[in-house]
Amino acid sequence: MSNSLVLSLNNLSKRFGTVVANDTVSIELHRGEVLSLLGENGAGKTTLMNMLFGHYVPDSGTIEVADAKGVMQPLTLGHPQAALNAGIGMVHQHFTLAENLTALDNILLGSESLFSWRHNRKAARKKVSEIIERTGLAAPLDEKVGNLSVGERQRVEILKALFHDARILVLDEPTAVLTPQEADTLFENIGAMTKDGLSVIFISHKLREVLAFSHRIVVLRHGKKVGEIATADADERVIARMMVGADTPTTPRDTQTPGAPVLELDNITVKGKNMRTSLRAANLVVRAHEVVGIAGVSGNGQSALAQLVSGLISPDAGEMQVDGQQILKFTPPAMLKAGIGRIPEDRHHDGVIGAMSVAENLIIERLQDPAIRKRGFLQQKYIQENAKQLCKDYDVRGPGIDADARLLSGGNIQKLILARVFECTPRLILANQPTRGLDLGAANEVARRLLEARIRGAGILLISEDLDEVLALSDRIMVIHDGHLVEANTDDRETIGLMMAGEQV
Amino acid sequence: MIRIEPRETPSRWWTFGIPVASALLALMLAAIPLAAAGANIFEAYGQMFKGIFGSTFAFTEMLTRATPLIFTGLAATLAFRAKLWNIGAEGQLYLGAMAAVAVGTGLIDAPGFILIPLILVTGAMAGAAGMAGPAYLKTRFGADEVVTTLLLNFIILIFLQMMLEGPLKDPMSLGWPQSSPIVDAAVLPQLIPRMRLHWGLIIALVAAVIAQIMLSKSVWGFKLRAVGENAAAALHAGIGVKRTLMSAAIVSGAVAGLAGVSEVAGLRGYLTTDLSPGYGYTGIVVAMLAGLSPIGVVISAIFIASVFVGADTMSRAMGVSSYLADLVVAMSLICVLVGGFVARFRIIRTNKGES
Repeated sequence: MSNSLVLSLNNLSKRFGTVVANDTVSIELHRGEVLSLLGENGAGKTTLMNMLFGHYVPDSGTIEVADAKGVMQPLTLGHPQAALNAGIGMVHQHFTLAENLTALDNILLGSESLFSWRHNRKAARKKVSEIIERTGLAAPLDEKVGNLSVGERQRVEILKALFHDARILVLDEPTAVLTPQEADTLFENIGAMTKDGLSVIFISHKLREVLAFSHRIVVLRHGKKVGEIATADADERVIARMMVGADTPTTPRDTQTPGAPVLELDNITVKGKNMRTSLRAANLVVRAHEVVGIAGVSGNGQSALAQLVSGLISPDAGEMQVDGQQILKFTPPAMLKAGIGRIPEDRHHDGVIGAMSVAENLIIERLQDPAIRKRGFLQQKYIQENAKQLCKDYDVRGPGIDADARLLSGGNIQKLILARVFECTPRLILANQPTRGLDLGAANEVARRLLEARIRGAGILLISEDLDEVLALSDRIMVIHDGHLVEANTDDRETIGLMMAGEQV
Repeated sequence: MIRIEPRETPSRWWTFGIPVASALLALMLAAIPLAAAGANIFEAYGQMFKGIFGSTFAFTEMLTRATPLIFTGLAATLAFRAKLWNIGAEGQLYLGAMAAVAVGTGLIDAPGFILIPLILVTGAMAGAAGMAGPAYLKTRFGADEVVTTLLLNFIILIFLQMMLEGPLKDPMSLGWPQSSPIVDAAVLPQLIPRMRLHWGLIIALVAAVIAQIMLSKSVWGFKLRAVGENAAAALHAGIGVKRTLMSAAIVSGAVAGLAGVSEVAGLRGYLTTDLSPGYGYTGIVVAMLAGLSPIGVVISAIFIASVFVGADTMSRAMGVSSYLADLVVAMSLICVLVGGFVARFRIIRTNKGES
């Protein structure tokens, strides 16, 4: 690892109205280095990267990037093209590939003039092949991206950045969609690339990965750089303390004796349009006082399982029972009536109605409740008091109960949904990605509430792509792969990882 | 360079300020072609003002013109709040008028307190039926309601011509394609003696108040708004999205049907194919100008009616074309749409190459 500087962010500040998103943040990146950028949601990571890429103009501060000869040059701020020309590439968490084009065409996309007479595929293929040889980023270049696995798509994204001569690569939560094995491959590739002289900024929430493979860690909190530490000197507790400002309370768990089954799936088959939306003869039992965690790589049938239990789809075969009662009608009201509380995966899209008030969102599942409606009219007084009480009990913070729900932050929207779900004392709680995208404080709160409901006697079906979360919260773990549900019978990370990849263990 | 960012909290002030500012701006912009036509703009606007407020007659004429626009504006508002794009108010208006004529021209002999509610109900039902079809096709097969309701307008108009040449034709009309006159008992009474203003206005105002209350206070209105704002979340929360859309369609069509009843039984007394100069379409403008608020619809309908009636007077007095009215209405709509954008987004100027 050479010590020459390639990127220097100098005292960058950015404020939005009264909110200080970044306060005099300075970061240096060296050639061949992997720098981890850590911080809770809202700590300012995204704003910082948006300034680097020219999407935002900083209020003050400068950015310098080394040119091809290694001489530091000031970067023109507020121009995405300038950042690209300076050799900064980014791989977003959500890929930006055209599914109907081949991997090679996707890599070429944007590198040619709109009016160029024909593709120069031959030269491009040679250049891409060279990059693959150097870095080990294997991807089938002539396959359509729609047919590639998630790991392969990610490699195509990285290849695209490297093809455009990126010397600095920003990876935004790259492992969120990968199996542990795929993630390991990615880390190997990155190792090869950094030997080649590439510098990487790695944004992640997963402390384990950050510790395993970065050289240096920078922690942001409330828009300020609060810590910078060589990875060799860090451990999980040190970093977590930097991020939240105090020791993280580990979620207290006691042993509970499972009670009677609250949810039983008996050979349920859902013939979806694709793997994402199918279940194949799935069997599942969730008992009272029990958390059953569903581990799996995204897109293996989790959404079919969640939609089924939410009442959004009906099974093509098999039976489902809640509290011993067979479900005959698969509709959301039927599931609510059966005592299922649902925390949806996409809380902005399915969880709340952004243009309606917090108070209204809190009662949206209870429109048949006599406390809410009298002769077809809403009981405003009850709705207001209900909202005041719930916002207090669940610590929902925002501009007030009559403000639109869209004005709440992600964590507070999730607390609003929790309040709505838990107030009905459900028998079964479907928690689909309940902490995704939340900061540590809000995530702990969600976990605490779920475990509280477990003590009360609810059964909890936890679907999560974060294996650490599944391991931390579940009494039993099942692995979902390609629509099949398999009991894990272990809490060994490696074994579960192999099962998630579809291997027989 | 210009950058556009969404505002965190669109100010409440914008909600009321933008339509008013837009209307004023549109009137000012209309002065340009007016001046180009060689008219003294102050005198022209003076004539326009006189045409609206100059006499009891002028004022009641304006309100008479506003009455159908309140109905069709409400029809558009109720459907649009559920994101159901009912472009068919024009056709539903004629269906309502046909039903009123079918029942109210001597089919039933009854006193006014029975006959008037009867033609209102049958007219509303006919309008509702006209919107229920497209809504069913949308919820069942996913057919785009913009296309179906729009095309249905032309089908209904041709159907009307057929009826006026056939079963509904007045035998005493000397060959003109028009219906028999509404019987006296079914005619909506005048509000002021010797003025054309009729009870339709009162019914329209009551409808607006009821719509306002239902939208903001009732469970039905809650569901309607929920479905319109985020159908996926509404479905997830257990709201019957398709049922809500159907009910919105039926109510919207019914209100549009009432516009037809009000025009035929309150103003004309008989039905022809030129009963409505596009009230159904203008209703969409009324609703948008009102920001889809039922009470706002009353105000914006009065504004648009004022522009039309005022422009008529002005064109007679000044010799300029009354198409100026269309110009003002169109420009105020554009101003409102641009204003709505400004309310939701912040436009920021950034200095190029600052570093």
